[in-house]
Amino acid sequence: MKNLKKIASTALLAGITALFGMGSAQAALPIQHWTLANGAKVYLVSTNALPIVDVQIDFDAGSRRDPAAQAGLASTSAAMVEKGVRAGRNGEPALDQNALGEAWADLGASFDVSAGTDRTSYTLRTLSDPALLTKAVALAAREIGEPSFPDDIWPRERERINAAIKEANTKPATVVGRAFAQAVYGTHPYGQEVTEATLARIDTAAMRQRYEQLILPCRAKLSIVGAVTRAEAEALATTLLSRLPSPAACAPLPAIAPVVALTAPKDERIAFDSAQAHVFIGQPGYPRQDPDHFALTLGNYVLGGGGFVSRLTEEVREKRGLAYSVYSGFAPGLDAGAFRIGFQTRPDQAEAATKVSRDVLAKFVAEGPTEKELKAAKDNLIGGFPLLLDSNRKLIGNVANIAWYGLPLDYLDTWTARMNAVTAADIQAAFARKLQPQRMVTVVVGGKQAAAAQ
Amino acid sequence: MKHLSPRRAASGAVLALALSALWTVPAQAQSTPAPAASTPTAAAPGPQQFTLANGMTVIVQTDRRSPTAVQMVWVRVGSMDEVDGTTGVAHVLEHMLFKGTKSVPAGEFSRRVAALGGQENAFTMRDATGYYQQIPVGSLEQVMKLESDRFANNQWPDDEFKREIEVVKEERRLRTDDQPRALLGEQQSAAVFTASPYRRPVVGWMSDLESMTPADARAFFQRWYVPANAVLVVAGDVDVARVRALAEKYYGSIPARAVPERKPRTEPAQRGIRRLEFKAPAEQAYVSLAFRVPQLTNIDDANSDAWALVVLSAVLDGYAGARLDRALTQGPGRVADSAGAYAGFIGRGPQLFMLDGVPAAGKTAETVEAALRAQVARVAKEGVGEAELARVKTQWVASETYKRDSVMAQARELGSNWIQGLPLDASERIVARLQAVTAAQVQAVAAKYFGDDQLTVATLRPLPPEPKRGRGFAAPVGEMR
Repeated sequence: MKNLKKIASTALLAGITALFGMGSAQAALPIQHWTLANGAKVYLVSTNALPIVDVQIDFDAGSRRDPAAQAGLASTSAAMVEKGVRAGRNGEPALDQNALGEAWADLGASFDVSAGTDRTSYTLRTLSDPALLTKAVALAAREIGEPSFPDDIWPRERERINAAIKEANTKPATVVGRAFAQAVYGTHPYGQEVTEATLARIDTAAMRQRYEQLILPCRAKLSIVGAVTRAEAEALATTLLSRLPSPAACAPLPAIAPVVALTAPKDERIAFDSAQAHVFIGQPGYPRQDPDHFALTLGNYVLGGGGFVSRLTEEVREKRGLAYSVYSGFAPGLDAGAFRIGFQTRPDQAEAATKVSRDVLAKFVAEGPTEKELKAAKDNLIGGFPLLLDSNRKLIGNVANIAWYGLPLDYLDTWTARMNAVTAADIQAAFARKLQPQRMVTVVVGGKQAAAAQ
Repeated sequence: MKHLSPRRAASGAVLALALSALWTVPAQAQSTPAPAASTPTAAAPGPQQFTLANGMTVIVQTDRRSPTAVQMVWVRVGSMDEVDGTTGVAHVLEHMLFKGTKSVPAGEFSRRVAALGGQENAFTMRDATGYYQQIPVGSLEQVMKLESDRFANNQWPDDEFKREIEVVKEERRLRTDDQPRALLGEQQSAAVFTASPYRRPVVGWMSDLESMTPADARAFFQRWYVPANAVLVVAGDVDVARVRALAEKYYGSIPARAVPERKPRTEPAQRGIRRLEFKAPAEQAYVSLAFRVPQLTNIDDANSDAWALVVLSAVLDGYAGARLDRALTQGPGRVADSAGAYAGFIGRGPQLFMLDGVPAAGKTAETVEAALRAQVARVAKEGVGEAELARVKTQWVASETYKRDSVMAQARELGSNWIQGLPLDASERIVARLQAVTAAQVQAVAAKYFGDDQLTVATLRPLPPEPKRGRGFAAPVGEMR
């Protein structure tokens, strides 16, 4: 087993040698990868730096697969997995949510289930002490494979979510996010909104049915980082999925239509009584597999991703004092997540700040970065490469990313070289391909003038 | 709603940051470090501490897992060191430290750190102000040079201040003015404390920000940014002797000055319940109960009730399905959508035990208030079980291992502990003290500290949203009852 330092320093070395066109025999992130008999794909980084084991299991079961009428099915199903397990197939007693909470606390371990737009993720963090590890894996296996989706819990859970939605709707940040998603994504599931009406159409039967289709070993991607050998990891992975039904093969899931490009600009002004207006400007971005990913990552650093040193921060915050937070970013996923500029400012300044941001964006898309800016972006992102790998938490994030998008196992070995190869012209061309400042969505929530205009 | 470890309890660092830190750059725009960290492995050496000739403390924690390092400078000055009329100046000054020195122009500090592959930020709390960079270890000397320069030589033209104060006002609007529960918290602190400077918000009152001058920030810098009032923490793939040499070279040359005298501003005893109501646009009501509790002044004080109070908070709310969750948020008769408990125990100012909750649909804040207090009363009457006591202790022990996964958190914990005057091994000793707490002690503190006289109840009364309401932008008014 390697320790983290070796992992990160060989990564640097690999990057440097790649610059000179030489291959490196050592992997940046020494990922072992294999497929279990049940079809699950396993990705392991074995490191004994700490007596900890982290596991992340991802399924193509995010909210993008929610039926429109039942928006929220993925996230509520994930939450309900934590509400109890039925009696086990080997005669283990059923456990309710409190028994589960106590059991995890007694192990000093944590287990979470959550759903994002693309994936449903199960994450386990436990000490590697064999007695604890064995129990934690066994308990996680029950939660993954034998959730009870208790009927008596769901109605009050739904009440609680409904109340939280109502509360969130009193905040300008919620209102701007919803209007922006609807305008950018149209009918694509990335834009679906969870409401009281969609929650009313969800019951535990729908959760169970969905679970049977999507949460299967042959659809699982397991990432494991920590103090386990390959043999231990294989046993652990097998156990974690052992209580799920295991069909011989999984039928491919239905394709999801891509996010549709915008055909015209859209300006939305929503009246809201708040101390700040919240502003989003953007459009559909790109899927993570897009070959422009490196150029767009470097370019966005210059435009609005680089903390204190981006063009947007310089123009909106540093020069004019218009906002505390201003940023730009892409959200690439399996589908084309949105590109977005976001900031909050005193309502009477919203139009001025919007104009400044649009001007910065238009100029950047038209001209790309200067050579000096490109160098600064590379200095930070490439120079900071070791910071991406200096904890088990960060390692498992990288491993799960490689697993989820099917990136090559040597992805991090070639990462530095690919970033280095990007030119200013590449960035300009990539931004021109991806962004059309003349037909973006602009949503401004807040301001008296907006109230008067409505 | 699941907690990896009993929340916000076992270390001063976690505690202080969870309470009220303001950050120079919002997390949105920059990746902030994951929580985690101290306690060296059996093989690794523990942290080393020494003092420079000018009085500045240096702490070095070697962790050779990765070729990275963290530099943090913590200054023992925060909003509690401010005076009325210039509240928020500690935080404003923290922003101004990015605006240059005699030799480094405005904005250049951040550009250089970025060019070194680094991540950086700064934060202000009641008790302290902190600055940090995470860097590939080869850049350590450069960031030590930069950081020591601005600690000694921060200077900027008035024009930079004029724009930055607008940024800070936007920060206040974002964090507080549009957040009803944050506004309520601000009002509650002002009601709980009378003489203690903890009564004022870290970000400052808006009118103080509006009338703040460049001279206010410069005077605060001159007064408090003194070597003997600060600690340099370096953690990561570093050699202690090398860091010591660099610290002496860059920080050791800063002239020594006296740390200003601090007035105690001792909080008078509370003698009777205080209540306040606050109306703001919201759907959900919310209630927060603050009980005055003893403050730990010495972690060797095994007899302090603070230890058992921390255990009580974990028994109430330390894990999914703990007492508050179970009693208030579950079942057909549930009264709350969420409920929490939190015990403050170490700080430069007086500490509070907090209970809070969001009423379920159709339930009142009064019902939640009563239910929260009933759970403490139940512990006072019936005690706690050995199993739940063991459970929260298990989590603390495990969290000591999980914390080691982040060099950043190691540095944060060491810096925070120094601010509180705690020793290098405070975290382990705190966990050991908590392990020793008995069920009888938990029962005793539940009976002792939760009467009416030491309590301040703050209730958020929702103003239903009216889309066409032309309410203007005057801040909602809190009222004492």
